Amino acid sequence: MYQDTVVEDKLLHKPAFLAGLFAIAFIVAYYMDFSQGLIGHLLSPVHGTPEESGVLGRFNSAFFVALLFTLNLFAISFLPFRQQVLVVWLELLALFLGFFFTFDLSMEFIQKKIWFMISKGLATTLYISAISITIATVLALIGAVAKLSSNGFAYGIASFYTSFFRGVPLLMQVYLIYLGMPQMGFVIDAVPAGILALSLCYGAYMTEIFRAGIQSIGQGQWEGARALGFGFGQMMRRIILPQSIPLIIPPTGNQFIAMLKDSTLVSTIGVIELMFLARTLGNKTFNHMEMLITAALIYWLLSIVLEVIQSRIERHYKQSTSR
Amino acid sequence: MSNTATNPIIEIKDLNKWYGDFHALTDINLSVNLGERIVICGPSGSGKSTLIRCINRLEAHQKGLLQVDGIEVHDRMKNVEKLRADVGMVFQHFNLFPHMTILDNCTAAPRYVLGQDQQTAEAKAMELLERVKIPQQANKFPSQLSGGQQQRVAIARSLCMDPSIMLFDEPTSALDPEMVSEVLDTMVDLAQSGMTMLGVTHEMGFARKVADRVIFMDEGKIVEENDPETFFTKPKHPRTIDFLSQILQH
Repeated sequence: MYQDTVVEDKLLHKPAFLAGLFAIAFIVAYYMDFSQGLIGHLLSPVHGTPEESGVLGRFNSAFFVALLFTLNLFAISFLPFRQQVLVVWLELLALFLGFFFTFDLSMEFIQKKIWFMISKGLATTLYISAISITIATVLALIGAVAKLSSNGFAYGIASFYTSFFRGVPLLMQVYLIYLGMPQMGFVIDAVPAGILALSLCYGAYMTEIFRAGIQSIGQGQWEGARALGFGFGQMMRRIILPQSIPLIIPPTGNQFIAMLKDSTLVSTIGVIELMFLARTLGNKTFNHMEMLITAALIYWLLSIVLEVIQSRIERHYKQSTSR
Repeated sequence: MSNTATNPIIEIKDLNKWYGDFHALTDINLSVNLGERIVICGPSGSGKSTLIRCINRLEAHQKGLLQVDGIEVHDRMKNVEKLRADVGMVFQHFNLFPHMTILDNCTAAPRYVLGQDQQTAEAKAMELLERVKIPQQANKFPSQLSGGQQQRVAIARSLCMDPSIMLFDEPTSALDPEMVSEVLDTMVDLAQSGMTMLGVTHEMGFARKVADRVIFMDEGKIVEENDPETFFTKPKHPRTIDFLSQILQH
């Protein structure tokens, strides 16, 4: 990437832009009406108690919120890049948590169930995802090589495979495998059925990623390897794939994260994983939100872990190929 | 490799190649003896590169006979890898492997194609990097080297396979002017060691100095073939005269 060397004036340092921002924030805040909440209480010395403050209270609260919002952005604009990112993250996170707390969640209930959720649900989710990702990667590698082959059979099978498994909804595949296999005489448990569906589906997507990555290696590299006497296997292993990997990693990381979350679909055939527990644990006592939010946070944390691993690998390859 | 002058290492008879309808090579006849050094020149699109790429089967020919070291090169041949391992090739754009260090570039083929152990391959590679005068760059990556250095590495990489023939496909045309001579010096040094060389190049000084024969191609045909002295001083064919006047007038 090329970062331009000319620095433009910051938008947030233009009075007209700030005024516009303030106006929009004010209108939104006025319609959302903050006069009955915490802000209304804080401002009660100005316009009396929230209940009797009326339009004036609404106006004051909106003005206060809009001012706070605009000043906050203005202040952040003076920070260096890294601190800007950090502050933005923390503020959004605080808003998020504030939003969750308006549900009046029972922390006690979460504390009681979270261990079970992690030991039972998370373990199953990780187990299913890890195995599926491994199988999908192997399938993708075979599929990509087959799609690049001049063998009509190999190409035919591989293109049929990617066409079908990319073209049918994953939920449908889960049902087809779980309910369809026994019809053919193969009784299959829910967990292996789920793993099979996820592997086949993601293998199909990743086949295309691997194929594109392999094809993007310039002809000179193939010719250079061939001219030295490399056979196909050694050429792929030593010359082509090592150069494709840095290109393949970002979209593959995406697929890993997507698969982690799509593993929720196997809960529909009764696999007791994270999503299944999130839906069922709170049912008896109507604590739906507690469990759903807890599970959501667990999925998010897992995705962050995958993101970090991905960026580590990307950095590793950047170091070894450039100077 | 005990070929004599009567038993050429490369034998080409009535070779023809088409790209679709385009007749890229027409009735090429050429034999190269062991230790001979041949320079091929001609205008762009005349089929020079195509011809030398046929020799290690990077390109397929459709008609005629092509033999390298007594083995016929054709579309059903077994062991094309063995042929290629014995025929070194240097490309216009070097084609070094960017993810490997210079040393690994040189040892990859000996290790993975010939099955040499790492120590043997590295010792040989260092010896050849010494010969092309860049041993101190062994642990750098190709992108850290200049074009001239990269091309010398490419030559060393080919030599690591102990080839009987070296093919050069415009080895200096992608280089900055001040780097051409270092690559040509390496090639002259190689020529003096007795290597059989077949190269496409427009470096006429190089051709004069080392070539046993100069071949001029145009529109897929060999138009003229002579020893360098005669070729440059008394070209016969009008196209050759025209071509030489074009490249020598500056």
